[in-house]
Amino acid sequence: MSDRQQIFDTVTAQIEPFNKKGVALAEATTFQGDLEWDSLTVMDFVAAIEDEFDIIITMNMQAEIETVGQLVDAVAKLKAAA
Amino acid sequence: MTETGLQPERIDFDPPAVAPKRDLMSKFDGLIAERQALLDSGVTDPFAIVMEEVRSPTEAVIKGRETILLGTYNYMGMTFDPDVIAAGEEALRRFGSGTNGSRMLNGTFRDHMEVEQALRDFYGVSGAIVFSTGYMANLGIISTLAGKGEYVILDADSHASIYDGCQQGNAEIVRFRHNSVEDLDKRLSRLPKEPGKLVVLEGVYSMLGDIAPLREMVAVAKKHGAMVLVDEAHSMGFFGPNGRGVYEDQGLEDQVDFVVGTFSKSVGTVGGFCISDHPKFEAVRLACRPYIFTASLPPSVVATAATSIRKLAHAHNKRQHLWENARFLHGRLRELGFRLGTETPESAIIAVILSDQTQAVAMWQALLDGGVYVNMARPPATPAGTYLLRCSLCAEHRRDQLDRVADLFSAAGRAVGAIA
Repeated sequence: MSDRQQIFDTVTAQIEPFNKKGVALAEATTFQGDLEWDSLTVMDFVAAIEDEFDIIITMNMQAEIETVGQLVDAVAKLKAAA
Repeated sequence: MTETGLQPERIDFDPPAVAPKRDLMSKFDGLIAERQALLDSGVTDPFAIVMEEVRSPTEAVIKGRETILLGTYNYMGMTFDPDVIAAGEEALRRFGSGTNGSRMLNGTFRDHMEVEQALRDFYGVSGAIVFSTGYMANLGIISTLAGKGEYVILDADSHASIYDGCQQGNAEIVRFRHNSVEDLDKRLSRLPKEPGKLVVLEGVYSMLGDIAPLREMVAVAKKHGAMVLVDEAHSMGFFGPNGRGVYEDQGLEDQVDFVVGTFSKSVGTVGGFCISDHPKFEAVRLACRPYIFTASLPPSVVATAATSIRKLAHAHNKRQHLWENARFLHGRLRELGFRLGTETPESAIIAVILSDQTQAVAMWQALLDGGVYVNMARPPATPAGTYLLRCSLCAEHRRDQLDRVADLFSAAGRAVGAIA
């Protein structure tokens, strides 16, 4: 399994507890549109991802991330830099 | 975002009115509809209250009715102080109604210098810079202190002016869980060591009225080499031996780098400021856009502020009354069975927590009809999606007023089912 696939699997596993609507998760799934998360859910979820990967996703970065795929890419980049 | 392209084609014989495509105002349709639904339920608009007369720091006339003010942040009751009013009148006569300019150009008069000296004396520091509002003080200071490649680390429940200060600047923004020392430590330890960092905290968080564990948080910030800014908007005048704020109360005067405050609460007029002992602090005036590119405060405002600040330094009786009032009302509301923002009276703000908007609005309306004004707050301003009725005490509230407040809360709380 590639690193990216591993990150994707971990990210989607982290999404599940917050996936109240049971949305099927794919690269293009959006947090706001598809998952309908409010800002509080986003904050809890981001904290969970940060703890899981031991990284910081700044609010500046968060503003650019709309889809699951974009988050996976951002995590991969941050992990590589760490 | 629109999904129009995904909708199946169909002919609508009675199409709803659609805003023209490029009408920038159509983004507000949701807000307009939500507000209309609230008004249609028959309540007074909680966000359109007009004070027709103001009779004292604790009494006004709203819709022709004598109303006890319990949501104004007029903590120390300075707005009708005779010395404060006299100072304003004298400045108005001698210096005119306004400055017509920036502090940097033609907008610095005698009393702008005097109010900054009053602040230096009050806080016992070498530097004080006054802004036109408290909002602009945070906007200006945060965006100017932390530059590109540096970090601002803020509490998730920070005031909008702190968030907006972050957006106005170019720094990287990281937030931590409200009042969590552990989360702050964790986040700071994940950041690169080299870049400059500013940790932004508040002494009192105004939504729930809870105070920050500043001693622990400042220690963590210092451990990671960060500078610390504390917003003491809701504590000035009645926390600490000299009324400087929660940071003084917790013995941190030599460790907090910047304190931001406001004239619109305890001081009783309008304006904002930042104080610091940093030897280069004055340089902020040369670089800070919200300081430079706006008109300075009118002379009467800075004159009233200077007089008020000097009186606050010795307002020991008022301080004591305010705390007595906060303890009294907190105790009464707790006895009645309300869920409150804090277990004990931590500040001069007491937040009654309600489950939903209908309950909050009904209760707010019943209080207003009974002659008591409190603040209603709703998401996104409130933490964790709560609806709040926020009471802020004043040193000038009389016991008979607070008895009446408690009686009204009791009746209204039972009527809406918030208490048994």
